[in-house]
Amino acid sequence: MANSKNDIVIEVKDLVKRFGSFVADDHLTFNVYKGEIFGFLGANGAGKTTAIRMLCGLLQPTSGDVKVAGFDAYTQSNLIKANIGYMSQKFSLYNDLSVWENIRFFGGIYGLWGKELKYRADELINNLQMNDSRDVLISSLPLGWRQRLSFAVSMIHKPPIVFLDEPTGGVDPIARRQFWEMINEVAASGTTVFVTTHYMDEAEYCHRVAILVDGKMVALNTPANLKKEYSASSMNEVFISLARQGQRVE
Amino acid sequence: MSIIKITNVSKSYATVKALKDITLSVERGELFGLIGPDGAGKTTLMRILTTLLLPDKGSAQVCELDVVNYYRKVRNILGYMPGQFSLYQDLSVEENLKFFAGVFGTTIEENYHLIEDVYKMLEPFKNRPAGKLSGGMKQKLALSCALIHKPEVLILDEPTTGVDAVSRKEFWGLLRKLKAEGITILVSTAYMDEASLCDRVALIQKGEILGVNKPEQFAKEYPYRLFSIEHPDVTLKLNEVRGFNSCKGAYLFGGVLHFSSINNNETPEGIINQLNGIGISNPIVKSIDAGIEDCFIQMMES
Repeated sequence: MANSKNDIVIEVKDLVKRFGSFVADDHLTFNVYKGEIFGFLGANGAGKTTAIRMLCGLLQPTSGDVKVAGFDAYTQSNLIKANIGYMSQKFSLYNDLSVWENIRFFGGIYGLWGKELKYRADELINNLQMNDSRDVLISSLPLGWRQRLSFAVSMIHKPPIVFLDEPTGGVDPIARRQFWEMINEVAASGTTVFVTTHYMDEAEYCHRVAILVDGKMVALNTPANLKKEYSASSMNEVFISLARQGQRVE
Repeated sequence: MSIIKITNVSKSYATVKALKDITLSVERGELFGLIGPDGAGKTTLMRILTTLLLPDKGSAQVCELDVVNYYRKVRNILGYMPGQFSLYQDLSVEENLKFFAGVFGTTIEENYHLIEDVYKMLEPFKNRPAGKLSGGMKQKLALSCALIHKPEVLILDEPTTGVDAVSRKEFWGLLRKLKAEGITILVSTAYMDEASLCDRVALIQKGEILGVNKPEQFAKEYPYRLFSIEHPDVTLKLNEVRGFNSCKGAYLFGGVLHFSSINNNETPEGIINQLNGIGISNPIVKSIDAGIEDCFIQMMES
């Protein structure tokens, strides 16, 4: 992971989002670097989802600068959408389509077609060692497989950044670790991984972690440094001591 | 006498075996955790106990009443909070609570002391439709409704899923208080770290119980030597580490690798030597105690 100016993949400065008189995100400033696993944490209602929607080009900021993969959030939101991957626990793959059909569908959405799509799809299935499951419906795959497939599909167009919105809830501890091993590999190959999660033990896997409380960024550091700073033994303790200061009720 | 007794229960949906010959008891006054990933069978087991589903084989009793033959009585002594929010979205907070009190032939006033701690937090919103509450508030209302008839046994299906760390901590505090009131609680969760908050836990996976114990006892009975390895490069050399002769398993816990060894005489120095051999210099290796996730992984693999 490099930290030079040239390697900034997400650049956020004084980002504000207001809904009427409510300030959802209040002057957020941070950079995310190439190949970094960046954790984005906050209690329900802290302003996480609003911020992610702006970073993904789905919502216009009220003020401030946002550049994602080199594109401006105000004027180039469609280019942002085409140059990021997005995976969410809640919505990922179509249960009533097969593995292959899902890959073809999402590949098409991300602008791939013809030989290129077929090549990428085969590569993806090979990497996941899912050749035998090509025509299997998603609904009959184990949850851990579905998550790994969903992650791979979100990157079929090889974006420089992938957003993971609460990716690993509910899977067994081995499947969770297989998923994180995959995230580590992807990051080591230079893709930036932006993760939100409620599992504070997952925050420990991130290179750096940002914590939002009531729309403000109250911490941004490596998990090790945060634990040192708050004399905590886990990220859960760090999070609870910070998030408790929050006044906002969702 | 066990307040919940499950004997050789099996349940299948078409070809999927959701529960395979489960036997489990919960003692009166316990806060008992059913811990396992999605698809483990937690909800199926709870739905059998709450008389909403018939077992294919085996039997279950709550307060010595068979859940099939005495389902009406059993329903009166149980409080159930399902995983899906199942209150009336278009009724207000107060109307929902009144409705559930009425169904069980009681009033809000009669058992108010039980729900007071939870309901106090909801009272400012008592005229709001339940469908318009935030996730944390819905959860508190569902708990109030499950408690309003003063059940002897409270069954909670993944109450903390999707809830942030602060609200989760608060919720477990509420469960502790209810336990102090003498209510037996059976709670399921996919969050392994919540095991330590229970008196006893059953680890469940693919319809089978992997083990039942006090949380701290699981760790004591962990059969291998366990070490933590800290080094920035170790996350990308997992395959090499897994190839070490004494390696039983090597899994990431955040930025740290947990290495379980089948060699009873294994030392940190021995592991450091092997790590040096694969190009990892100056790693920090420590002997550590197993946590509940280490135990779960070990039981899944055996």
